[in-house]
Amino acid sequence: MTRQAYTYYPGCSLQHRSHAYESSNRNVAQALGFDLVEMDDWNCCGATEYFSLNRLPAYALVARNLARAANEGADELVVPCSACFLNLHKTDKQMAQYPDLARSVNQALAAGDLHYTPGTVRVRHLVEVIISDIGFTELATRITRPLYGLKLAAYYGCLIARPDSIFDSTEHPTTMDRLFEVLGAESVPFALKTFCCGGHMAQISAETGFEMIHKIVKNAAENGADAIVTVCPMCQLNLDVYQNSANKLFDTDYQVPILFFTQVLGLALGLKPSDLGIGQEFVDAMPAINKISEVPPPKPKRERRDKQALPMPVMPE
Amino acid sequence: MSDKRVGVYVCHCGHNIAGTVDVEHVAEWAWGLPNVAVSRDCQFMCASLGQDMIEEDIREHGLTHIVVASCSPHMHEKTFRGACERAGLNPYLFEMANIREHASWVHPHDKDGATDKAKALVSAAVHRVLQQQPLEPLQVDIRPETLVVGGGIAGIQAALEIADAGFPVYLVEREPSIGGHMAQFDKTFPTLDCAACILTPKMFDAGAHPNITLLTYSEVEQVDGYVGNFTVRVRRKARHVDESLCTGCGTCWEKCPKKVIDTVFEAGMGYRTAIYRPFPQAVPKYPVIDTENCTYYQTGKCKICEKFCPTEAIRFDMEDEYVDLEVGNIVLATGYDIFDARRIPQYGYGRLANVFTSLEFERLTNAAGPTEGKVVLRDGVTEPRSVAIIHCVGSRDKNTNEYCSAICCMSSLKFDHLVMEKTGAQVYNFYIDMRPIHKGYEEFYHRILDEGTQFIRGRVAEITDAAHSPEEEGKLIVIAEDTLIGRQRRVPVDMVILAAGLEPRADAQGVAHMFGVGCGDSGFFTERHPKLDPVATMTEGVYIAGACQGPKDIPDSVAQGAAAAARILGVIFRKQVALEPIRASIDESRCSGCRICNTMCPYNAISFIEELSVSRVNPALCKGCGTCVAACPSQIITGAHFTFEQIMAEIDGILVDVHTAPPEHTAVEAV
Repeated sequence: MTRQAYTYYPGCSLQHRSHAYESSNRNVAQALGFDLVEMDDWNCCGATEYFSLNRLPAYALVARNLARAANEGADELVVPCSACFLNLHKTDKQMAQYPDLARSVNQALAAGDLHYTPGTVRVRHLVEVIISDIGFTELATRITRPLYGLKLAAYYGCLIARPDSIFDSTEHPTTMDRLFEVLGAESVPFALKTFCCGGHMAQISAETGFEMIHKIVKNAAENGADAIVTVCPMCQLNLDVYQNSANKLFDTDYQVPILFFTQVLGLALGLKPSDLGIGQEFVDAMPAINKISEVPPPKPKRERRDKQALPMPVMPE
Repeated sequence: MSDKRVGVYVCHCGHNIAGTVDVEHVAEWAWGLPNVAVSRDCQFMCASLGQDMIEEDIREHGLTHIVVASCSPHMHEKTFRGACERAGLNPYLFEMANIREHASWVHPHDKDGATDKAKALVSAAVHRVLQQQPLEPLQVDIRPETLVVGGGIAGIQAALEIADAGFPVYLVEREPSIGGHMAQFDKTFPTLDCAACILTPKMFDAGAHPNITLLTYSEVEQVDGYVGNFTVRVRRKARHVDESLCTGCGTCWEKCPKKVIDTVFEAGMGYRTAIYRPFPQAVPKYPVIDTENCTYYQTGKCKICEKFCPTEAIRFDMEDEYVDLEVGNIVLATGYDIFDARRIPQYGYGRLANVFTSLEFERLTNAAGPTEGKVVLRDGVTEPRSVAIIHCVGSRDKNTNEYCSAICCMSSLKFDHLVMEKTGAQVYNFYIDMRPIHKGYEEFYHRILDEGTQFIRGRVAEITDAAHSPEEEGKLIVIAEDTLIGRQRRVPVDMVILAAGLEPRADAQGVAHMFGVGCGDSGFFTERHPKLDPVATMTEGVYIAGACQGPKDIPDSVAQGAAAAARILGVIFRKQVALEPIRASIDESRCSGCRICNTMCPYNAISFIEELSVSRVNPALCKGCGTCVAACPSQIITGAHFTFEQIMAEIDGILVDVHTAPPEHTAVEAV
């Protein structure tokens, strides 16, 4: 069951480049009847690089947030960014598993009169909070404007799927696909749904980054997606901002808008596109949004069985 | 009490016990326990030297009770009881202390603690044995009939061996025909002889044998009794076809308008009608009506089969029947289920059309299968130009099954050959280790290597249709690390075959419970001893054979079927078997006749004697479980060999202070 209020760690991206995610999170939370209460005096999670450069300060940097959240009395911390989620979750888990690490981290925290006991704060991703705490059945009752006719590619990215998936499967999750179906949209097959967007590769080695981005956009477009839906500001930035650079490199012209999951959820809850930050993206999302139909798409006719073809495996109930 | 003389023998079991427990000290210390007249340690108590020692001591020192501290009673209780018996001592005056499984093996890093525990266990055994009473085993007659559950190759073999020796067999099979998985295969490794050619004669023999009663389309619902005298209730599911009239002519299934996917025999690759015979060589030849899919049962209209049946054998009103069988012994040969490859979603089975399982491929390549043996893609027409075979799918994988499924290396090699022979396609094997371990298998592996198959060593990470280059377009791309060259590879192919592992039957736990056998960690039935008694179980009279005991190929399944039959024939020829006299008894002079025990007994072994107003235990039905002993409000039910005094003495014994110094003694000599 959903709480009245969750302690919220927005992360740097949402306060700078990904305003669209932040505003859609806030408005969706309000529409669903819970508050996201920003924790006090949080700091950067170290993003993807710091752990590779200097491990102990990286853990201490992250643990400071956990310690502060614990001091505020939070037993859960809700995080909308996949990189922040992974770092916070990883730090809590590693500190619990390796007491030596926990000791060193707490030595560092002591300089700021802080201490963190691993296991105190449960780190949760916003998408998992909405899906598990509210649930599909309840969500279905809140839908006022179903996303009929919209074809979405559920892009999980690599950080929430592995190593500890927050969903059904580390390799081929389907939970978010089910969410889209609840919203009235169609979820298209998307083989690269947990493929890495390249992270900061677009800055380090542009061509390598563009190649990774291009693969994902191409796979979604070939499967007929009107939009790719993500849960991570880094994924959104890469696929959106560099889509045209990738197009140039590979001589293609994909125009697949990249939306945050709270943006499509907000549309289905009847919120206005402008309240959800739609319009801030590089690849215009309006052509996709305009495809949303008032009526559900007609059910595909049952095709006559191909006499020659072998049946597909029968799925269990 | 003073005339009782206990002999204590502490076994080293090589290093198994002595490596952890200070056995000399335990033997020395045991001299101080009540009534101990002899206490010794010995390298191997189970060897003839150890057994002779017990026998000599009983004769020379007039020992009246024996305690051996060694391994589990499952292992050697029988051995030492035999030694006592040979020296004229009642075998129930013997007690075993398990200081191996219960001390040395579980506390390998705590020598002092393990030694203390061994002393406590020896003390418990000595205190207990002093309370033990001589008992006589119950002799019961063995019925000559045998029940074989499962009509695959293991069950057929067991049934034929027993029937050929002249004894009656009931062969129960869940499906409409016997034959099992082997009937689905086209070729068998490593000889590539046709599976049907070697199986169907055996199926026919089993069907026609005067000593075998086939109960197909039937399931065991209840098992009562004990070795030699089991009562088994079998549900004969309604075939809706009168076997006495049906000639198996085939008109009914030719005329039946309802087609459904056959998920059992055709592994989902082909269709069958609602009234069907699973395959042409089926034994028996009679069809069954699948009422869940039959138009008549769903809508009340159709009856086309009845209209066309020339012998009027269709019976829509037929109902399930129950038959009660009396049998002496039981063989479980219930086989395996194939691993559901959807549990590894990154391999795309069920999502990507041209990913097949090994069982699907068996049907594809079978001359009597849905494509008449043509190896084609899911569209039913296109021949693959390249095929990848993924080994160890659902085997040797901590996420699914940790064990090796034993048959997949060889069946994959067989597929390699068949694909190349039928299509000329390039075949890639993705393997972890090759394990062609039986006679002729390694040679077969080399033959396949010489035929030009590619072997890539590495577990496959993913099978995807997301092409990254023009040559990958429209293909399935197999992504794996080639661990021999240390690089990631992307191999585009037309078809992927998943060598799916073997799993226990979905209902194995329930079946195990019904027959009183155990399931191990992996879920397969547990044998009495993994090396020395692989076909018997902990329940006397119930044997296991074939893949229900663990993954195995056809030769091993046949060997186990025959082995189980040989064991049973031995028992049948003895005509009688000795049962443990561990039974409950009621002190009728003190029984209040409350009848609480009557309803508690799981074996219905307690009846109420109206005229005396007391309850009485039938020793032939009682299994000595102790439920009634605990339930009796007057505490007047006693379990032989587990009496109140014996249990309390054992508790007293285990609570003694093990740190007391060993007493002075003179008579002990090391052996």
